[in-house]
Amino acid sequence: MLIFRETIALSGDRDVVAARRCVGQALDKIGASLLRRTRMVTAVSEIARNTVIHGGGGELEITAFNDHPSRVETVFTDSGPGIADVARALSDGYTTGNGMGLGLGGAKRLVGEFIIEGQAQGGTRVKMVGFAR
Amino acid sequence: MPWPTPSGGWATASAVSTVASGSSAAVIFIEDVLLVSIPDDIDDSGITTLQDRIAEEIVRHRARGVVIDISHLDVVDTFAGRVIGQIAAMTKLLSARSVVVGMRPAVAMTLVELGMTLAHIPTALNVRQAMKLLRAGDG
Repeated sequence: MLIFRETIALSGDRDVVAARRCVGQALDKIGASLLRRTRMVTAVSEIARNTVIHGGGGELEITAFNDHPSRVETVFTDSGPGIADVARALSDGYTTGNGMGLGLGGAKRLVGEFIIEGQAQGGTRVKMVGFAR
Repeated sequence: MPWPTPSGGWATASAVSTVASGSSAAVIFIEDVLLVSIPDDIDDSGITTLQDRIAEEIVRHRARGVVIDISHLDVVDTFAGRVIGQIAAMTKLLSARSVVVGMRPAVAMTLVELGMTLAHIPTALNVRQAMKLLRAGDG
């Protein structure tokens, strides 16, 4: 059953903070463990930032469900240039260790489900799901 | 306005205000060490401003160490992690040393999963241990 829904406009720095806070609230509602909460909020922070900086701004929709299974879903959409080489974007920077280019691939590793795709009308859509257990 | 510390030194404090409307980081100079506490709702531009301010304060006070307190951060992502790494590198270039304190276990685990090692930065459990570490390394 849907127990939480929130939409956040992503256009600047403060919105990335708002996204983190809101997803944290949703994860608390489904009783996610501290580690799962930390991992997903971190992943959301990465994608929210990407949306603002590379996507030219966009939107985040957060929904939480308390069954089948308990989870928080986050869908990011933007109308930016899109990602030309998704496979590369997901793998680039992983070996440098200093943070550059780790955001996308890193976020993928931190959540239960990760889907990234270009949209027909242009821009990118990223869906991430974090499970309560 | 400086105030005396128990060990006979002086401490000063200044609030570093961020460019955006986010909250400020507290920067205190105590016993030749800059103690920086990063607030939980800091945003990207706030972290960047803080990095610049730390560089200025290290030089201004001739600080020999920087303690970066991240105990209020329940999330450290690749941006924050990278800036912390930059602060440490910059501190070294300015002939000082930095120590990170207050890293939460979940944050540490997540940083490893992100592939951010930050292995070159010493850490301590709390500010007191950090000050001991910095004092021990001198002379």
